[in-house]
Amino acid sequence: MPKFFNSKSKQLEGDIDGFLDRVTTAGLIFQEGVKAYVKGKKDKFEKNFKEITDLESDADNIRRDIKHKLYTYMLIPESRGDVLGLLETLDDIVDICEKVLEQFSIETPEIPEFLKSDFIELSELSSKTVEEVVKAARAFFREIGMVSNYVNKVHFYEHEADNVEEHLKRSAFNSDEIQRFSHKVHMRYFAEKIAAVSDVAESVAERLSVYAIKRRI
Amino acid sequence: MLTIIFFLSSGLFLGWSLGANDAANIFGTAVGTKMIKFKTAALICSVFIILGAVVSGAGASHTLGKLGAVNQLAGAFIVALAAAVTVMWMTKAGLPVSTSQAIVGAIIGWNFFSQTATSMSSLSKIVGTWVFSPILSALFAFLFFHIIKRIVERSKIHLLRLDSYTRIGLLVVGAFGSYSLGANNIGNVMGVFINSSPFQDITLAGLFHLSSIQQLFLLGGIAIAFGVFTYSKKVMMTVGSGIFKLSPVTALVVVLASSITLFLFASQGLHNLLTSLHLPAFPLVPVSSSQAVVGSVMGISLAKGGRNINFKKLSQISMGWIATPLASAILAYVALFFMQNVFMQSVFK
Repeated sequence: MPKFFNSKSKQLEGDIDGFLDRVTTAGLIFQEGVKAYVKGKKDKFEKNFKEITDLESDADNIRRDIKHKLYTYMLIPESRGDVLGLLETLDDIVDICEKVLEQFSIETPEIPEFLKSDFIELSELSSKTVEEVVKAARAFFREIGMVSNYVNKVHFYEHEADNVEEHLKRSAFNSDEIQRFSHKVHMRYFAEKIAAVSDVAESVAERLSVYAIKRRI
Repeated sequence: MLTIIFFLSSGLFLGWSLGANDAANIFGTAVGTKMIKFKTAALICSVFIILGAVVSGAGASHTLGKLGAVNQLAGAFIVALAAAVTVMWMTKAGLPVSTSQAIVGAIIGWNFFSQTATSMSSLSKIVGTWVFSPILSALFAFLFFHIIKRIVERSKIHLLRLDSYTRIGLLVVGAFGSYSLGANNIGNVMGVFINSSPFQDITLAGLFHLSSIQQLFLLGGIAIAFGVFTYSKKVMMTVGSGIFKLSPVTALVVVLASSITLFLFASQGLHNLLTSLHLPAFPLVPVSSSQAVVGSVMGISLAKGGRNINFKKLSQISMGWIATPLASAILAYVALFFMQNVFMQSVFK
């Protein structure tokens, strides 16, 4: 019986690690995709968009599989709800990364030169929050004491992202370079979309700090 | 044969209620939090209770024998019945009752009725142990809590693997706890019948020797196991989700601490070892597993910084030290009177 439990646990540990890897990758592809778009590298952007679409459905499948196994083998009955909630919200991050690149692909916003660096910086900061929140999630599974450390980093990068977002929007609306009001609104829309990734990452981090308190022995 | 079964029935009933109530002290949280299936828990619990009772049940029973040697089957029937009724009554009143305390009261009731002197040294040893056992349990729990917490934090073990180790731990410690419960508490159920045991020693195939006392204990153990299978699930579900809300890891600490306490007060091997080394040995006395568990939970509360200490529960325990034996002694005295004068049965020699 112990061997049975152990092998199932190990398998699931691998599944969870694999899922978390995909969330980090999604954050990185998202960042690369935004960069490629802003720099006008159309082909590279479309490649990134394709990659993140595949990754999104892949992550969905793994998450469903984990959920199924957790219930079938009656594992971690105490923290099962928390773990599934955590994985679901992490999956939301992947979803939103994919959605943003999709919007870029469909709406093909025209990014003026003076906003490019802000867009790139915003995508980097958002990607950073994803990276840190995944580290927090890994700590939740293995080293509960470290969760708050990573959660703090998520808060920090999210706050930075907020600042860049605000700067970007102000620049867009104060600029004479952008003529049409609709164009300004379009820039605001994409700034908010990219920053939304860091907002979701922050809400996952909030959840994690509560779970971590609950899990303390 | 029929008379024997009739007279033993009160002890078997006491065994049944012990199984129904006390199995939850060992497997309650594990089953209540769905870490272990009830059927698995019940099977392990029953097997190890019976083993504990037959293999090392003699020590604690011997102490009860010293307190009062009930020497007629009809008398033993009444003593066990008085204890069983007291347990049932106190359980209904929602008090953390102990079969150990009920049976001691009932034996004293018999002593009064038969005008046998109660050994004060035995009595003080028993009562002292009752007071000491939850404290000892709390101490163990406090210690184990810190050790396990440190191990878990340092080993960076994955949540899932910790979960599977906790399950294995709950099973192993549960088996040990059941063994200790059987060894420590069988005396409560069958101890009063020892001096009037209707059984003969038997040897199976020249290898397997079962003394008359062991046969009594086997029967009592089966009665306890019957209680575990038929009624303990309900109690376990209440324990798991009710009074003590414990995480699986803290549950493991609670069961381990309580089991060791029960074991210390039941193990003849350890007693002999300590005595031979001229060390102070633990007295072999039936203690209450419920109170050991309450002690362990308190120990964990203390380890967590002294929050959530349930003083009401503490006062209920100390009340149980007096109220349970008193009620059971009075009941036994009255019932013995009726047995002797109405049913014309001799209840003592």
